[in-house]
Order: sequence, then C-alpha cells, then structure tokens
Amino acid sequence: MELTTTWYLVLSASMFSIGATGLLVRRNPLVMFMCVELMLNAVNISFVAFGSDLNDVGGQIAVFFVLVVAAVEVVVGLALVVAITRRRADATADDLSVLRG
Amino acid sequence: MSEEIVFIISAVIVLVGALGVVLSRNPVHSALFLIQTLMGVALLFLIEDAHFLAAVQVVVYAGAIVILFLFVIMLLGVDKAEELGIDPIGGQRELALVVGASIAALTIVTVGWSVDGATGSAPASAENALDNGLTDIERIGRVLFTDYAFGFEITAALLTIAVIGAVVLTRSIRREDVLADLEPASLELPSLAPAGANDEDTPHDGDSGNSGAEVSSEGNRES
Repeated sequence: MELTTTWYLVLSASMFSIGATGLLVRRNPLVMFMCVELMLNAVNISFVAFGSDLNDVGGQIAVFFVLVVAAVEVVVGLALVVAITRRRADATADDLSVLRG
Repeated sequence: MSEEIVFIISAVIVLVGALGVVLSRNPVHSALFLIQTLMGVALLFLIEDAHFLAAVQVVVYAGAIVILFLFVIMLLGVDKAEELGIDPIGGQRELALVVGASIAALTIVTVGWSVDGATGSAPASAENALDNGLTDIERIGRVLFTDYAFGFEITAALLTIAVIGAVVLTRSIRREDVLADLEPASLELPSLAPAGANDEDTPHDGDSGNSGAEVSSEGNRES
C-alpha cells in the first residue's frame, strides 16, 4: 500500500462529515463553532494534499488564508455568544428565534 | 512504509478527536478533543512536508483559538452538560443524522473512487513549485508577498475589523440601556396607539396588534 492523495481526501471527507453532523445536531453555540472549526480543518487537509499532488505551494497559501478567516470567525462569533449570553443566560441555538423582528 | 504508519496513527487521532468534539456533553471536553484533532492535523501537515503550516496549526489553532474557546466557556460559566437525549424540535436529530450520513457517503465516494487524482495544471511558475530547493517558510513567504500581496493586505484589514467588532459587541453597556433593551414595553410609543388603547378591556383591532405583541413579549421576559 502506498500513501496517495486519496487517503488524505477520504480522511478529510470523513472529518468534514463529522463536523457537519455535529453542527446540525448540537445546540450549544460554542460546540457548534467547534464543529465549524472541524470542517475548516478538514478542508485544510485536502488543500495541502492537493497542493503536494500538483507540486504547487498554492494549497499551503490557501490554508494560510483559511486559518486567518477561522480566527476572525471565532473572535466575532465568541463575541456574539458573550453578548447574547449576557442578556439571556443559558441560551442555546434554538432560543435565538427571539432574533426575529 | 513508515509514512503510512504515521498517517494511520494521525488519522485515528483526528477522527477520534472529531467524534469526541461532537459527542461530548461537556463543552470543556469538546474543546480538549478539538485540541487533539488539531494536533493530529498538524501531524498530517508534517507528513506532507508543510512544516510551517504544522507549526502555525499548533500555535494559532491549539494555542490561540481553542484557548479562546476555553476562556469563553469559563467566562460564561456554561460548562454545564448538555442533555443530548432530548430533542426539542421533533425529528430534527434524525433528519440531521440522515443529512450527515448523506454528506459522508457522497463526499467519500466522490473523492475515494470517482476522482482519479487531482485535476489542475502544473505550478504557475518555478517560484510556486514545491521542489525548487527553497525551504518551506522561504517558499511561502516569497509567494505570499508577491502573488498574494493584495490578499495579504485584505487579511490585515479583516483582522482589524474583527477586533473592532469584538470590542463593540462585548463592551459593557450602561445599566439604563440594558433596561430599555430588555423591556420594550417600557418604551414610550405615543404615536402607535390612540389614548386609552392600552386599557385592558379595550378590544384589539387593526393596528393595536402592536401593543398586544408588546404585552406578550413583556410576559416572556418576566417568566
């Protein structure tokens, strides 16, 4: 058996699916953000795998930008969670229906 | 052969961590499992000769992002276990599992069997090639500050905006503002209803549905 790009892609697809399922199943906003991180990391794995398959550093550059966007997303998302929890303690994603106009 | 062994070990680490994130009842345990997964991903980057990204993965993700998660969990005191058994929206969990299994089946079949290697062209220039003799950091630095210089600048703007947004969202609010926000019925809205429309025995008609909504929302707040 030889380590090919397909191995990385299958691992990435499994990890992405676990993250997506978790995002749909869990109701704690913090855990939902962690599941988003899982999905982003799964995509990062396939970026690097494709990059080394094509002998191009562009895959690693893409991972770099994804990393920055993930950090930004976490900062703003956690600020939102803090702001919401300050008003309504013990909020879950279902309670955010109060956001309707 | 050693590469395959390292890959399998790190794949097990990654998948166990991912399942742990989803299945843990306690958010703190989820965050710790997330660290495990991110370390496994860093291992995978090392196998693929992306040494700089492996280091950044550990420093930025495990060192900053997960710690930020843990800070917020501890700050909010929401480290209570979530009851995974109850399903507040009927059938939502079953539907989610079906959708997740469909995503898994589709993506794994697509990348595992239907695609015969990556599509695309050869590297755009010798600078971009992975085997041009430069070190990893040098190669990324050269490409990042030439081809992707504009995107890099936009990244700086994005980070600044995020910091400002976080400060705006979490700044402490004066007490009276909080009260005004929490009790919309206490706001004076003289133009919406004629005098006496707020009396309890007045039948609701037409546009006085507004005041009814206010009353019910006030009831929600107090409960």
